Amino acid sequence: MSFPRLIAAAITALALGYLSTGCSTTTSVRAASVKPDGERKTAPDFTLKDPDGKVVHLSDYKGKVVVLDFWATWCGPCKIEIPWFTEMERKNKDKGFEVLGVAMDDEGWEAVKPFAQQLGINYRLVMGNDQTAQMYGGVDALPTTFLIDRAGKIAAVHVGLASKKDFEDGIDALLGNNAAPGIVRDDTGGRAAVPAAGGSK
Amino acid sequence: MLLCLPLAAQNSGYLTVGQVQKVAGKRGAAVETKIALAVRPGYHVNSNTPSDEYLIPLKLTWKTTGALEAGAVSYPKPTLEKYEFAEKPLSVYTGSFELTANFKVAANAPAGPGAAVGQLRYQACSDRACYPPKTIEVTVPYTVQ
Repeated sequence: MSFPRLIAAAITALALGYLSTGCSTTTSVRAASVKPDGERKTAPDFTLKDPDGKVVHLSDYKGKVVVLDFWATWCGPCKIEIPWFTEMERKNKDKGFEVLGVAMDDEGWEAVKPFAQQLGINYRLVMGNDQTAQMYGGVDALPTTFLIDRAGKIAAVHVGLASKKDFEDGIDALLGNNAAPGIVRDDTGGRAAVPAAGGSK
Repeated sequence: MLLCLPLAAQNSGYLTVGQVQKVAGKRGAAVETKIALAVRPGYHVNSNTPSDEYLIPLKLTWKTTGALEAGAVSYPKPTLEKYEFAEKPLSVYTGSFELTANFKVAANAPAGPGAAVGQLRYQACSDRACYPPKTIEVTVPYTVQ
């Protein structure tokens, strides 16, 4: 690369860096924990079964904040998030919050039950299928986790391993637990002031 | 006797089957073939001996072997890689590697060409997400001399 081109590239890089980080202290938040209310779409309803064979509809959870986690026993990153969800379920259950785990194991409950027992999963599990995955955009990468608001709308999606803080902030925002409403964490680890329930993810 | 004729690659997303050597041998002869595999950069597949009981191993099984009798499949030594999502290093394959499939030409095999067809099951992950197990078909052409 020639010297003038190198200078131009450096200036461009500095400018992009300013836009992506320098502005994040005002209203430009990258990947905030939840979408603004007006941008949320209704989470597709499904009918799946829990380990006892009981039918579970997502619509059963309307009025609650729901973490809908697509996972599998063979998914290492899922295994990191599961204890977080167990803790969040315990901490927020009486505030109108539920975690619903959708297992995507081809081997079914035979594989999932002992795994769930081993990890001490305290939230409800259902057995997923391709049809349900397609309703949610395919869900090829696991974990894929949807944060659903009390109106049954998708407020955030995390594809792959996310940070525990992102989940906590999103749940707090939807439950109205924020000590300082409108403060959400961005993916860079910084904090940014945005309008209530604002975000760009 | 072993002939080495490369065949077309088969791609199934995160793992690609590259060259498969064509085998040729006389009745009763022990033959082997190398199966070249390549993992997409930035991803890994579990080895044949994963570090965790819940992880799905790389495994080649034969659906049909024709005039060949299937022997052992040799897997290369895996690497132990540390990922953010696992406390301990995982036994994985990354990049390019080869499997060796061993056969014996049946004593009553008719002379001429044929093909052994196998299924290679694998499960891939990146450092942040995992992908459903997949199965790729592996075809090993052979000639009984």
